[in-house]
Amino acid sequence: MTLTPRAYSYFPGCTLATTAVDYDASGRAVAAALNLDLHEVPDWNCCGASFPLSAENVMSFIAPARVLIAAQHAGQDLATLCAVCFHVLKRSDSYLRKHPEAADRLNAFVTEGDYAARVKVRHLLGVLRDDVGWEAVRERVVAPLQGLRPAPYYGCLLLRPQAEMELDDPEAPSLLHDLLHALGADPVGFPRQAECCGSTLLVSAPEANQRLSAAVIDSARSAGAAIVITACPLCKFNLERAQEGRPQAEQLPVAYFTQAMAAAFGLPEHAGPAFRREVAA
Amino acid sequence: MRVVLNPEALHGAFIREIEAISEQNLLACNQCGRCSAGCPLVEEMDLLPNQIIRLAQLGLETVIDSQTPWMCASCLMCQSRCPKGVDLPRVMEAVRQIALRRGDSRVLAGRIDGSLLASAPQMAVIGALRRGEK
Repeated sequence: MTLTPRAYSYFPGCTLATTAVDYDASGRAVAAALNLDLHEVPDWNCCGASFPLSAENVMSFIAPARVLIAAQHAGQDLATLCAVCFHVLKRSDSYLRKHPEAADRLNAFVTEGDYAARVKVRHLLGVLRDDVGWEAVRERVVAPLQGLRPAPYYGCLLLRPQAEMELDDPEAPSLLHDLLHALGADPVGFPRQAECCGSTLLVSAPEANQRLSAAVIDSARSAGAAIVITACPLCKFNLERAQEGRPQAEQLPVAYFTQAMAAAFGLPEHAGPAFRREVAA
Repeated sequence: MRVVLNPEALHGAFIREIEAISEQNLLACNQCGRCSAGCPLVEEMDLLPNQIIRLAQLGLETVIDSQTPWMCASCLMCQSRCPKGVDLPRVMEAVRQIALRRGDSRVLAGRIDGSLLASAPQMAVIGALRRGEK
């Protein structure tokens, strides 16, 4: 089967351009393998890394709005990989669509162009499910992840709030499960699959953050998982950090969903060390 | 916990400030406790999430001294489960903002552990500073 070529604007974000380059590279590689053409947004800036929870200050929307404006010119959907960038850009877009007076005000401060509510913000997982389809993903697999029991970890910001993120049900998500099934794996659900890893408490309350992430890992281990699959570079960092100093036998590797795809698509250079080890074992 | 109510606080500026910043109607909350039941961080908090909103309803500024708003990771679990549609993470943010405006910085760039700063994802550092620095 030939895959229909599809084109998207692509926003990597700060973390994927620096400490999570393996997520960026594996994402681009598996997208290319599915005939998805990702065009990096020109001259992009940080999305702001947190969605402003007090709407009184329009200035706090300028960072995400600049990204949305930069993506407008291309006229394609804006694809993201980082769960937090997706959250911030999607909700900012949703807020500015619902508050045209805020958009007007903001436009007066931005010189690159006017926000015109023209870009649809997507996560690559949504693109895979809704544009490519699981069947096409399955057909691209050359090395099925047979016998592998991955724990799909959704975390918080990828899914919540559901009405704005429009991606999956945060109480019973299936997106990562369905992807992993398509890759030939046997995913295991676990109680903390959509609970927080601690997020930015990593910086403001590192001990609490560690306890929370450790609880996520223990929850996945109790369910019999061999590896945790995530869509967020901060979740990955937190979950790995929480296991530092644990005996090897009590550790769970953590990998991006794009690395699982790379492993199944026969692109070992993008599968990542944790995944390669797990597949070999 | 001993709580002293007074009519001035009940109709005071503090409630209006929280409601203005959070864009939430505090009295919509009927204290069902579902937020606290689902919050993954309750063990780290000195007041439960539902207690924060109860004290705020009563105009009690003690919520500013609580650790709870700073332990809230804005994961939106409570927000997505609240049967009354109260966006509690926004109320937590309002309390943090008021504390910050009164000079109470909780995250200082210069005090972040050096090895953490060198390895942590950029998003964590930027996100934490945007939330917790004046």
